[in-house]
Amino acid sequence: MQQVMTHHEHGHDHEHDHGHEDHENLKVLGFWIFLVTDCILFATLFATYVVLMHNVAGGPTAKELFEMPGVIAETFILLTSSFTSGLATLAMHKGKTKQLIGWLVVTALLGLSFVGLEINEFVNMVKEGATISTSAFLSAFYTLVGTHGLHVSVGLFWMLALMIQLGRRGITPVTRRKVTNLSLYWHFLDVVWIFLLTVVYLLGVM
Amino acid sequence: MWENIKDFASTFFVTGDPLIYGADVSIALTMVAIVFVLTKFKKWGWLWREWLTTVDHKKIGIMYLIASLLMLFRGGVDALLMRLQLAFPNVEFLHSEHYNAIFTTHGTIMILFMAMPMMFALFNIVVPLQIGARDVAYPFLNAVSFWMFLFGAMLFNLSFVIGGSPDSGWLAYPPLSELSHSPGVGQNFYIWGIQISGIGSLATGINFLVTILKMRAPGMKLMKMPLFSWSVLSSCITIIFAFPILTVTLALLFIDRFLGAHFFTMTGGGNPMMYVNLIWMWGHPEVYIVVLPAFGIFSEIVATFSKKTIFGYKSMVFAMMVISVLSFFTWVHHFFTMGAGADVNAFFAISTMAIAIPTGVKVFNWLFTMFRGRISIKQPMLWTIAFIPCFLVGGATGVMLAVAPADYQYHNSYFLIAHFHQVLIGGVVFGYLAGIYYWWPKMFGFKLDERLGKWGFWLWNIGFYVCFMPQYALGFMGMTRRLYTYGWDMGWAPLNLVSTIGAFLMGAGFVFQVWQILYSIKHGERDTTGDPWNGRTLEWSIPSPAPLYNFAVVPQVKGADDWWLTKQARENGTAQEEKVQLEPIHMPKNSGIPFIMSACWFVAGFGFVFGWIWMAVVGMIGVALTMWARSFQYDTDYYIPVDEVKRTEASLGRAL
Ligand code: HEM
Ligand SMILES: [Cu+2]
Repeated sequence: MQQVMTHHEHGHDHEHDHGHEDHENLKVLGFWIFLVTDCILFATLFATYVVLMHNVAGGPTAKELFEMPGVIAETFILLTSSFTSGLATLAMHKGKTKQLIGWLVVTALLGLSFVGLEINEFVNMVKEGATISTSAFLSAFYTLVGTHGLHVSVGLFWMLALMIQLGRRGITPVTRRKVTNLSLYWHFLDVVWIFLLTVVYLLGVM
Repeated sequence: MWENIKDFASTFFVTGDPLIYGADVSIALTMVAIVFVLTKFKKWGWLWREWLTTVDHKKIGIMYLIASLLMLFRGGVDALLMRLQLAFPNVEFLHSEHYNAIFTTHGTIMILFMAMPMMFALFNIVVPLQIGARDVAYPFLNAVSFWMFLFGAMLFNLSFVIGGSPDSGWLAYPPLSELSHSPGVGQNFYIWGIQISGIGSLATGINFLVTILKMRAPGMKLMKMPLFSWSVLSSCITIIFAFPILTVTLALLFIDRFLGAHFFTMTGGGNPMMYVNLIWMWGHPEVYIVVLPAFGIFSEIVATFSKKTIFGYKSMVFAMMVISVLSFFTWVHHFFTMGAGADVNAFFAISTMAIAIPTGVKVFNWLFTMFRGRISIKQPMLWTIAFIPCFLVGGATGVMLAVAPADYQYHNSYFLIAHFHQVLIGGVVFGYLAGIYYWWPKMFGFKLDERLGKWGFWLWNIGFYVCFMPQYALGFMGMTRRLYTYGWDMGWAPLNLVSTIGAFLMGAGFVFQVWQILYSIKHGERDTTGDPWNGRTLEWSIPSPAPLYNFAVVPQVKGADDWWLTKQARENGTAQEEKVQLEPIHMPKNSGIPFIMSACWFVAGFGFVFGWIWMAVVGMIGVALTMWARSFQYDTDYYIPVDEVKRTEASLGRAL
């Protein structure tokens, strides 16, 4: 049976392929939504922490454990790295590939030292006998802070892949989108850290 | 040495039950048969190229459908085993532990590995076609979602023959699910099976949300979008907010079990109620995640088979949105009896009852659409009509449960079991079956046989009431859920026997449906028009099954029910047929990465289940490497040239 196709006016609407630009924008939107889900993930962990933070079960309390100088240093480093990732994006908009990679390297190094400090903090706490199985408070603490640290580590891994790609291909619509998403992610982790600092550390030592 | 191996094997493989040996043998035989057939007919390459690496949403949808039907079978067998035991409680057909394992796997499989994938099957098959898109927003991610689901489901199902099934209920409340009470690996299988497939579901939620928001054909304003797509939108929003909570909850439970943490334990300051809250903050929205698309399906079917525009389109959209928001504020109704206090209970009782209002609006709209319509009762419509009374009763018993003080009486009784099966089977299963019958010709190009389908329909329906109505009564008689035996003096036996008979009638209904499919593959009425039901929405404007690129020309949408408008305009001779200009079509390339990556997740999951760190590490490295590899892939799409589009359309009987 023969059928006639509907013949439509040939509008130059968005469905026509204007190169990859559209697809890349779509991926940025998707990444925003992914960040929403990540927000909920952290919100759930925060809620758990708040419910359990006083259940120390005879183990050490937050006040006894937290060393603020280290935490302040971590905060400072992470905030700076967020700033440098902003500079990276700026360099990208100016089309300066070398500068872009340079700022990403700085960002990655800062991120790496953040993770290093955090691991150091955890190791010291464990040495003092405060492990994840000591109390509900510590279970919630390690899980919440550790999840953030894991996110930062994944970000570093991703950043490395991206630096290699930028080196090979320079700034293209695809690498541009990837840098945009990465810097979104990095700022997001910064915001989460501010909450961590307030809810976990400041409330803890107060 | 030999002793060690024997020791290991006896804990690794589940032993000691003839049913399980039977399963072992049948699994082994099926595997051998599959390998044999694939090798004999040299189909390995075909399997890899056409299916395992596909990023075509239509094929992914079909794979979801097949997997979900298999899971329906497995979950159904579980159900029949339980019902047999309860019909003859003194026969000891199942032992208590076995019974516990079966009700756990039954519930988990039905919700997470049957309802969810069946829903995703319909998302994939219908949504892009309905909104006039050539693809989903992220085809590669779509394939990742599917394979994560499949490998997660396989991991979960493996527990039946390896290591032992979970047995602390489908929501795994602690302390039952803690190491202290479930020291075996079964609970780990539960955690990792759901976790892996859950990540896939979350990705699907994001994917279809963006698809619907961004990929609609030009002219299709949101308020002109078909109602099924609206229902998918509301379901996806709910997924995006609910699934991260599940991810965290399962992770915390695993950390408890694996690292000795104290989130939910009875010792060390843990709080088991925390788990119950968290799991229901996901669990209640989850029931709406699965039922909202069913509402969308009914809306499409009622309009098509009554040959009328849906009554109250705007109120339908509004009702779905309200439901998806309200669903987040009712979770405490699952544990009114746990002592949260009167005001908390009152709040949640009222918010629960509030959901009945938008639901009622929808039911009335369906009825008004049918009123004075020229109704033709084909299979999709049959299931839709059967759904209405079923859901009314289910909703009414839901409101009864939502009366907090009364719930102290019904909670965890058979009354509850009857309620949620009524809404889940009557709403979700009937809904998806209606959807499958409706869109089947679009998927495969032929209709399913009406005669066998009617047999299936009546057996399911009669079976349903025979099975679940007695359970309401049993609830009032004091029978609680999760019993594997009871005394004859309780007086429950006759009603239980009736209920079991009903369950077997439903099973027979399923058999008829399988027969129907097999029969129709050979004898089903072919659909040469692409529009077998005289449909109203865009998916019926293209051939069945749809070509790879869906639409040769992307439609310019003028109104709701756009295809209906076009058909009418053609009848009246007012159609403006303009010259088309074909352009090369941009398509994503197939990729083996989703499959390999999910297989690595499976390996990692298996390692975590048994606490074999090396294996978990190998699996996770595999996951990282595949993601890395994907990140370095730039050549991911191609163009279908105009000539090829022309040839394809011509071979489908369409002139361009
Ligand atoms: C008007 C609509 C509804 C109301 C008022 C309602 C109310 C309730 C209440 C109060 C409970 C808890 C009872 C108890 O544990 O004592 C419950 C349980 C349940 N409902 Fe509903 N419900 C409604 C619709 C639905 C729908 C649409 C679904 C699924 C698609 C559903 C699935 C379930 C399930 C699975 C359970 C039991 C879970 C368990 O404890 O294992 N309900 N319902
Ligand atoms: Cu609920």
